[in-house]
Amino acid sequence: MSDKTMNLTLKIWRQKDAKSKGKMETYPVTGISEHMSFLEMLDVLNEQLVVEGKEPVEFDHDCREGICGMCSLHINGEAHGPDRRVTTCQLHMRMFKDGETIYIEPFRAKGFPVVKDLVVDRSAFDRIQHAGGFVSVNTSGNTIDANAIPVPKDDADEAFNAATCIGCGACVASCKNASAMLFVSAKVSQFSLLPQGKVEAKDRVMKMVKQMDLEGFGNCTNTGACEVECPKGISLDNIARMNREYLKASLK
Amino acid sequence: MSVLNAKIPEGPIKDKWTNHKNKINLVNPANKRLIDVIVVGTGLAGGSAAASLAEMGYKVKAFAFQDSPRRAHSIAAQGGINAAKNYQNDGDSVYRLFYDTVKGGDYRGREANVYRLAEVSANIIDQCVAQGVPFAREYGGLLDNRSFGGVLVSRTFYAKGQTGQQLLLGAYSAMNRQIGKGKIQMYNRHEMLELVIVDGKARGIIVRNLVTGAIERHSAHAVVLATGGYGNVFFLSTNAMGSNVTAAWRAHKKGAFFANPCYTQIHPTCIPRSGDYQSKLTLMSESLRNDGRIWVPKKMEDVEAIRAGRKKPTDLSEDERDYYLERRYPAFGNLVPRDVASRAAKERCDAGFGVNQTGEAVYLDFKSAIERYGKEQATVRGEKNPSKERIIELGEEVVRTKYGNLFQMYEKIVDENPYKTPMMIYPAVHYTMGGLWVDYNLMTTIPGCYAAGEANFSDHGANRLGASALMQGLADGYFVLPYTIGDYLADEIRTGPISTDTPEFDEAEKSVVERIDTLMNINGSQSVDSFHKRLGMVMWNKVGMSRNAKGLEEAIQEIRTIREEFWKDVRIPGSKNEFNTELAKAMRVADFLELGELFAKDALHRNESCGGHFREESVELDGEQKGEAKRDDVNFKYVAAWEWNGDPGAANLHKEDLEFKDIELKQRSYK
Ligand SMILES: Cc1cc2nc3c(=O)[nH]c(=O)nc-3n(C[C@H](O)[C@H](O)[C@H](O)COP(=O)(O)OP(=O)(O)OC[C@H]3O[C@@H](n4cnc5c(N)ncnc54)[C@H](O)[C@@H]3O)c2cc1C
Ligand code: SF4
Ligand code: FES
Repeated sequence: MSDKTMNLTLKIWRQKDAKSKGKMETYPVTGISEHMSFLEMLDVLNEQLVVEGKEPVEFDHDCREGICGMCSLHINGEAHGPDRRVTTCQLHMRMFKDGETIYIEPFRAKGFPVVKDLVVDRSAFDRIQHAGGFVSVNTSGNTIDANAIPVPKDDADEAFNAATCIGCGACVASCKNASAMLFVSAKVSQFSLLPQGKVEAKDRVMKMVKQMDLEGFGNCTNTGACEVECPKGISLDNIARMNREYLKASLK
Repeated sequence: MSVLNAKIPEGPIKDKWTNHKNKINLVNPANKRLIDVIVVGTGLAGGSAAASLAEMGYKVKAFAFQDSPRRAHSIAAQGGINAAKNYQNDGDSVYRLFYDTVKGGDYRGREANVYRLAEVSANIIDQCVAQGVPFAREYGGLLDNRSFGGVLVSRTFYAKGQTGQQLLLGAYSAMNRQIGKGKIQMYNRHEMLELVIVDGKARGIIVRNLVTGAIERHSAHAVVLATGGYGNVFFLSTNAMGSNVTAAWRAHKKGAFFANPCYTQIHPTCIPRSGDYQSKLTLMSESLRNDGRIWVPKKMEDVEAIRAGRKKPTDLSEDERDYYLERRYPAFGNLVPRDVASRAAKERCDAGFGVNQTGEAVYLDFKSAIERYGKEQATVRGEKNPSKERIIELGEEVVRTKYGNLFQMYEKIVDENPYKTPMMIYPAVHYTMGGLWVDYNLMTTIPGCYAAGEANFSDHGANRLGASALMQGLADGYFVLPYTIGDYLADEIRTGPISTDTPEFDEAEKSVVERIDTLMNINGSQSVDSFHKRLGMVMWNKVGMSRNAKGLEEAIQEIRTIREEFWKDVRIPGSKNEFNTELAKAMRVADFLELGELFAKDALHRNESCGGHFREESVELDGEQKGEAKRDDVNFKYVAAWEWNGDPGAANLHKEDLEFKDIELKQRSYK
């Protein structure tokens, strides 16, 4: 493995708290290895800021392997940055060039208010799930045997694909309408594709869509931007499926 | 007599749990509404416990430091979850799962607990399927299984490489149902910093709101800690950045014994580190060992040529490769348990055969599997005399459906295509078998304080087998704790609400505020991370994969020095009354700096090799097992439970002797 290093100029959104106004600040960083992840590059910057006695840049992250959905960031105008099918924590510096200026901003959407710097509040996603993102079954363990209902492999695989959504919000942040359709439709699809979830399908889709609207997310105008930026490749087919489910449910 | 009473029910092992459940005190539904339970942590253990308790009628408050319960680190589990379903008809049974788990744990787990775990394992799968967890299925529509290290049956259920994610989303959905009904109050971005004890019982917690910095009091009739493992004491591990020991450590300092802190699992298949800036290590699921073969070159000149870039691994012919696990352990081959596989990799790398620049990497090669699957597929599809390229194409397709996301993850990090060239892997800290000591009811030594999931000292003895942590977390949370806690809470129905306006809460809050003020006022010159990294280096070098008395004694001194320096020279910018990640990290590292010492002390006292704890002074000197770990059942067949006594170095040791009535103690052999 070669090890090229680079010097970069970072333009980062700084905002003290939800109520304060924010602005872009400029920070140079040097000696960044191409093998670093994007967040490790920010660690380098923060280490530097702490030693200088300045406040480090706040950003959300936890697993650093693309699964918890906690990291976010709009990098050079793209949710999770320039690479495809990755989260910001999986983005590597080899995607950038020596001497480049990188713009780093929080996800912007009415439904995701800024908490501080690059950290946003995505609790609206949780509230949509509270409204209906479950199968109403008790946790007693006394259900039927797991193999009692065979599920066609294709349905199971498709349900799984929908269920791999990590709830990061990149779909909302990439959409000019700040619509949450991709996220909501992924959950609706997962359940409606499985026999266990079908029973409540109508009720679920009505409730989740209602909550989505209450949270102030915009309408879907089929631009497809969400699918492009989604780190997990959640398909637009889910939106079509949810629209069908919704129509069925409203016609009943 | 030890002060420890494990409260293991009487009777034959297979009846213990049923008999116990039948005798447990019940709380009637009307009374449950009067009882508050705090659950700290929303991973598999905490999430499933919170949902179940709320469903039973208790008033639940749940806490997590992430911004949503769905982001607990259980989400990252990849490979699968065990259950004794015997769907594959390969001779699996509750007894066999029990036996494998006790043996895999190198006979340092508690038999009765492990049996219960195996017993409820099948219900977990039923439950999860009912919740809409999309496990992998076969073409006939039934559930698929794979095998994991250390066992000879196929009992692992999985959802590609995202099993933990799917199971956690299942538990999260069960929580959501209760949150929606108002039965769980969820506190995200809240960190527990103290346990409150009133009249000897756990009655509440002190938390910091990570957004505003506000310190809050929360009371309850019982407190459940499901706060995960403490692998991050090594700084680099496969744990999430925020994983910490603080909740468990605070309970420890308030009287909960800490059991077997030195039992750490070093997982054999992780992506090797690439530089000093490295912030965490990424696991490549053990399930890959089903199809990947592990090797290093036989000849040193090939190692050198590879490191210098003059040769590629694919240039080496079969007889130039040393498949050292297959060579040393013909019966289990690449599927030996994790501790064995990790030590074998270290042995080869220490001998100079590591295949990357740092000398700390071995190959995990899928070539044979790709060819095998390719040929199979060609036959299935009736393609006669397929070309080599066609076979590889078909084979890669099979491997992609099985492990696609893992291969993608690897490629994104390392920038090499693992379908075409072998992966490089090296062991990394992954799981902590040690944790808060609990009795059969999962209660710690503090009445009313429970511990579940990775946070307790668990059922895994000195080494955990793959796919058994998810099983344990969900068993604890769905099927054990919600019942056993009733036994304690039955006596609380007349207690009434617990006030937070008491001297005990005042005192606990004051101690937290003082700790924060002290840290903020140090105004030193070094970052929190710099201390954490130094601690991690000491832990890895002297308390890591193999340990000796001299190194451990040095480690204890070095950790003390780092701790003293931390409290004199750490620098935390910003203020305490705001979102301040540096402060949150400092609180965690302060506790790691104490735990690290107890960890080394525990490792020092245990002068035997067992499971993940390998003492260089204790190896087999001759015979077939020459060079393998040597357990000492005469002197160490016990759980070491440490009682806080003012300083980590001064902790008092209590022993819970382990009785093996249903399984004969044997030397573990995977040869
Ligand atoms: C990369 C990886 C892969 C794995 N793969 C497998 C696998 O394939 N099969 C398997 O069986 N096991 C696997 N494991 C192990 C298994 O995932 C974990 O042991 C298990 O998920 C732990 O669950 P838990 O509920 O105990 O804790 P966690 O899921 O870690 O949850 C901890 C919870 O506690 C909260 N918390 C922690 N501290 C505080 C605090 N101070 N205040 C408030 N809240 C707090 C967190 O917010 C979180 O909600 C894997 C582990 C890792 C790291
Ligand atoms: S649909 Fe994709 S972009 Fe949207 S929340 Fe899920 S994973 Fe993120
Ligand atoms: S930090 Fe978990 S997905 Fe990026």
